[in-house]
Amino acid sequence: MIRITLRGLLTRKLRSFLTAIAIVLGVCMISGTYVLTDTINHSFDSLYQQIYKGTDANITGRSVVSNDYSGTGITPSFSESVLAKVRAVKDVKAASGGVGSASCSIVGKNGKVVSTGGAPNLGYSIDPSIPELNTVTLVSGSWPKKNEVVIDQGAANKTGYMAGDMIGILVNGPVRKMRLSGIIKFGESNSILGATLAGFDLATAQQLFDRQGKLDAIQAVAKPGVSPEKLVQELRHALPKDLTVRTGQQEASKASSDTSKQISAFQYFLLAFAGIALFVGSFVIINTLSITVAQRTREFATLRTLGGSRLQILGSVMVEAIVIGIAASICGLVLGFGLAIGLMRLFEKLGLELPKNAMVIEPRTVIVSLVVGVVVTLIASIWPALRAVRVPPIAAVREGAVLPPSFFHAYRTPGSLALVAMGFGALLSGLFVHGLGTGLTLVLLGAGALLIFIGVAIVAARVVKPIARAVSPIGTFAVILLSTLIWPFSFLLWLFSLAIGRRKEFPDFWPFVLLLWLIRSARGKKPRLSSLIPDRAMNRLALANSGRSPERTASSAAALMIGCALVTLVAVLSASLIGSFKGAVDSIFTGNYALTPVNSSSTTGIPIASSKAVAKVPGVEAISSVRTGFARVFGKNSMVTAVDGQPSKVFRLKWKTGSESTLDSLGATGAVVSDAFAKSHHLNLQSPLKVVTPAGKSLNLKVAGIFKPPTGGSAFADVTFSAKTFDANFQDPANMYTLLNMRGGTSEANSRALDKALKGFPNAQAQTRKEFADAQIASLNPILMVLYVLLAFSVLISFVGIVVMLVLTVYERTRELGMLRAIGITQRQTRRMIRHESVITALIGGAMGIALGIVFGALLVSRIPFVSFTLPVGELFLFAILAVIIGIAAAVLPARRAARLNVLEALQYE
Amino acid sequence: MSTDFSKQPGSATASSNGVAVHAVDLYRCYGEGDTAVNALRGVSLDVLTGHLTAVMGPSGSGKSTLMHILAGLDKPTSGSVEIDGTEITTLDDTALTRLRRKHVGFIFQFFNLLPMLTARENIVLPLEIAGEKVDPDWFNEVVTKVRLSKRLTHRPAELSGGQQQRVAIARALITRPTVLFADEPTGNLDSRTGGEILDLLHDSVETLGQTIVMVTHDARVATIADRVLFLGDGEIVKELPETTPEEIQKAIQEIGRK
Ligand SMILES: Nc1ncnc2c1ncn2[C@@H]1O[C@H](COP(=O)(O)OP(=O)(O)O)[C@@H](O)[C@H]1O
Ligand SMILES: [Mg+2]
Repeated sequence: MIRITLRGLLTRKLRSFLTAIAIVLGVCMISGTYVLTDTINHSFDSLYQQIYKGTDANITGRSVVSNDYSGTGITPSFSESVLAKVRAVKDVKAASGGVGSASCSIVGKNGKVVSTGGAPNLGYSIDPSIPELNTVTLVSGSWPKKNEVVIDQGAANKTGYMAGDMIGILVNGPVRKMRLSGIIKFGESNSILGATLAGFDLATAQQLFDRQGKLDAIQAVAKPGVSPEKLVQELRHALPKDLTVRTGQQEASKASSDTSKQISAFQYFLLAFAGIALFVGSFVIINTLSITVAQRTREFATLRTLGGSRLQILGSVMVEAIVIGIAASICGLVLGFGLAIGLMRLFEKLGLELPKNAMVIEPRTVIVSLVVGVVVTLIASIWPALRAVRVPPIAAVREGAVLPPSFFHAYRTPGSLALVAMGFGALLSGLFVHGLGTGLTLVLLGAGALLIFIGVAIVAARVVKPIARAVSPIGTFAVILLSTLIWPFSFLLWLFSLAIGRRKEFPDFWPFVLLLWLIRSARGKKPRLSSLIPDRAMNRLALANSGRSPERTASSAAALMIGCALVTLVAVLSASLIGSFKGAVDSIFTGNYALTPVNSSSTTGIPIASSKAVAKVPGVEAISSVRTGFARVFGKNSMVTAVDGQPSKVFRLKWKTGSESTLDSLGATGAVVSDAFAKSHHLNLQSPLKVVTPAGKSLNLKVAGIFKPPTGGSAFADVTFSAKTFDANFQDPANMYTLLNMRGGTSEANSRALDKALKGFPNAQAQTRKEFADAQIASLNPILMVLYVLLAFSVLISFVGIVVMLVLTVYERTRELGMLRAIGITQRQTRRMIRHESVITALIGGAMGIALGIVFGALLVSRIPFVSFTLPVGELFLFAILAVIIGIAAAVLPARRAARLNVLEALQYE
Repeated sequence: MSTDFSKQPGSATASSNGVAVHAVDLYRCYGEGDTAVNALRGVSLDVLTGHLTAVMGPSGSGKSTLMHILAGLDKPTSGSVEIDGTEITTLDDTALTRLRRKHVGFIFQFFNLLPMLTARENIVLPLEIAGEKVDPDWFNEVVTKVRLSKRLTHRPAELSGGQQQRVAIARALITRPTVLFADEPTGNLDSRTGGEILDLLHDSVETLGQTIVMVTHDARVATIADRVLFLGDGEIVKELPETTPEEIQKAIQEIGRK
């Protein structure tokens, strides 16, 4: 029996191959994700190992506020005198203190800061005198002395600087000119993940980073024979309690675990998309195997009459699935390695260089990929296998015997509707029931979407015919539109085919057809426009064909529906976010210019001095800057903001208590809070509010006003107080942005005046109101791209699903195609017929997907505060066109096969 | 309608005969070398307009091959075929398809109807494919002739074998083809139904002036055919004009003995 199955697989090579693709892509995503994230994780581990390699004990200030999103500078610095105490400890062989900053930019020869695409601009003191503690090596030049700097090879390559050049360094305040004494490398890497490194001697660094007499960290080396643990013990005794002492290993693994948390979130994110791809793939498998089973009815029946048991039939279908599943999973696994390598190359190209490391392939990667691939295939094959089992022996002798309806048949529609209802139940409770926790919410959302997809896919078979009828003319006109658009190309192709002597048909030129119709109409004849569409008969046949086995069409369409729904969801979300954000910017921001960081993703902000410089520009009527920082409020780490200048002139907010002028006069203790925050903490006017800074200092503020953030997000965090208070209590205060109003509004002259004032601030730029709004939204685009690319895998799989369905259908209808060719349809008409069926299928999937996506999007948007629903009409139109293109492309291979059928052989085909 | 096999001599159309299909020296060889089969070895014939030409012969004698080549579904290894004065052996696929559309009708042994279309839709399919309008008078005449007026909204699965074949005949007649080819149209039907089909084909020749070339094993064809050709081993071995079933039986036995 197994031999028969295997031989069957080989004879149906193309079909088996296409079926396998559905699984290959999903598994490829799984294994690619694991390899990529494992490798990144490993890279970071070894990076931190390298950093703390020679460190036996690491001493830092103790932070009361932790912020997972920024690295350096969050722990408070401490007095330089600690270093002497450390050195005095018995078992310390050597110790070195240092300071660092994550906002130390290198100014390129063009006068602008070196852009890092979001990675930090690291600056720190280097102490080459203790080799154990020095993690960088000199490539050229010498170590930095007073007022000198070394930069990493990556930055040197980008800027073209060489040792001996005078270069600009920007921390807070104006650019400092320094001599570049040398170029450094970090281990084997030119740079770390795209960050720029600038190294100084301690005194220069302290002065640059405003840490005179202070240190951020001390690294100590133990005397031979003393364990790091012992050294740490001794240091803890000797040092004040507000310092944290850890071994180098602990410090490294703490850093590792911080990053690996983020990486594992990234991993889950990618795996979710792999899961979606496999889910779509399982639709394709179910459909393919079902069609095969239907086509092999006679064969199964014959086997039954020859004494094959039901179990053997079941086995034969399952074995086929297992073989496909195993082969596909292995291919997917290996392709995944390639995918990971490709992505890492891409990262490197984008400047996010990872520390050099071999690809990490954990046994878990192999096991999970193979098991998931095979199990998904097996599960997907159960339904078709059960169908095969129901084939009665009598089907062998009776022409056109149909399978008896299954036990579930009667419950199909109500059952699938119940699934949809359950799905929506889960979705809604995930969205709207409070206090479920992230995990449970995600599970509910995922399961809800899954149930809805399955339910809709099953019930879709019932509505395929009317939907097909509705989308068929859309498909016709979309194809006309597209073929008109690519007409010049088709024409060239035609010329080429003439040139090589293999003449193709002349491409239809629709505008010409239309012109003809107009001329004829003008002449008084009134031919119906639709009568000009050639091969309406073919389209009608295709439409009839698409309704012949609604299950097939429905499940091919459903596979595409899933991808389409998610793509639509993303589009709806982003349109809503962007729309709301634009609205918010418009309503909050009454200034006409903004000062923002050049690196839009910069977390370090721009020097406060920049706004001071701009304030002096003639014509500036009002100016106000916003700083942000992290603090502990009501026991929780939260973002806080601070404002200076005249906020009332550039901001407009809705107020529950207070007004814009409240912002102008916050004084040392005044704070404004959002209404939601006020409500959840029962705050009223004059309520006391304690804000604890990262250094542990408590600020006792009073509520001076309560505002309502507009939809689209606020310019301010939940708690906002005066910049004066902020600057006195937070480390490295910097502006996130500055808003200003200039006389005469936005104009060339005003822009020029601002640019001139910003000369000394290479990381600050002046943007008009519109540029400012657009720039905020621009950061969404890469995220959108990533989401679309990840979903493209699913769409690709459903594309393959349509191809398989059509190929199998062409097999099945061979004799019929022969008849049609005999009674006069041309090869071109044959292709058109297959193509139209494909376009109809794709459009059904597209239509259902877009509809579902809008529903999902609307639900989700209604859950997100500050965001109102916006329908991205343009995108949705594009998706519909894309569905048509998918349909056209999916038909290419099957249509060619159909057209090339030998008429006589086809007529004699059994 | 009673089964009427009697020949009506001197029918109106038979007198003004032109040549619908003109075939000269047809050879058809399948395969190469040792395994080569010569299905046709030098067949020449003229199919006269308004005639029912029957082709008979033992299985494997090349009847289907001849039909396919005459109809432009297959190309001869050598020789020429003209339909309505057009040489078809040199046409490319598209031109040939268009020629079939206009000049050739088919009736197959296995009906070959489209299951998802109604009888009416199946009948007008060739016109639809060609993008032509349905002439309602002609449609009614054809449908009445094949006695399907009451079955037009049925799908093939709801029709008997005989009815299905009558739909196929109507589908072939609807375009008024220059010549209609039928390869064992009764081969898949019981004797009585088969008789009815033969009767219907004969009627089409007599009253509609349809030219028909038909392969059959049914000796009753003798009474309706204007001419019976006997094929043996790829050659025309005998030709009987206006013959009787008895003569045909004799001829078949003769050829069989060779
Ligand atoms: N496609 C083919 N390939 C090889 N040989 C063929 C093919 N078609 C027919 N033949 C051979 O040609 C001869 C004539 O076949 P055919 O025309 O089908 O005969 P008939 O219709 O009279 O039974 C037979 O010997 C048959 O085996
Ligand atoms: Mg034959």
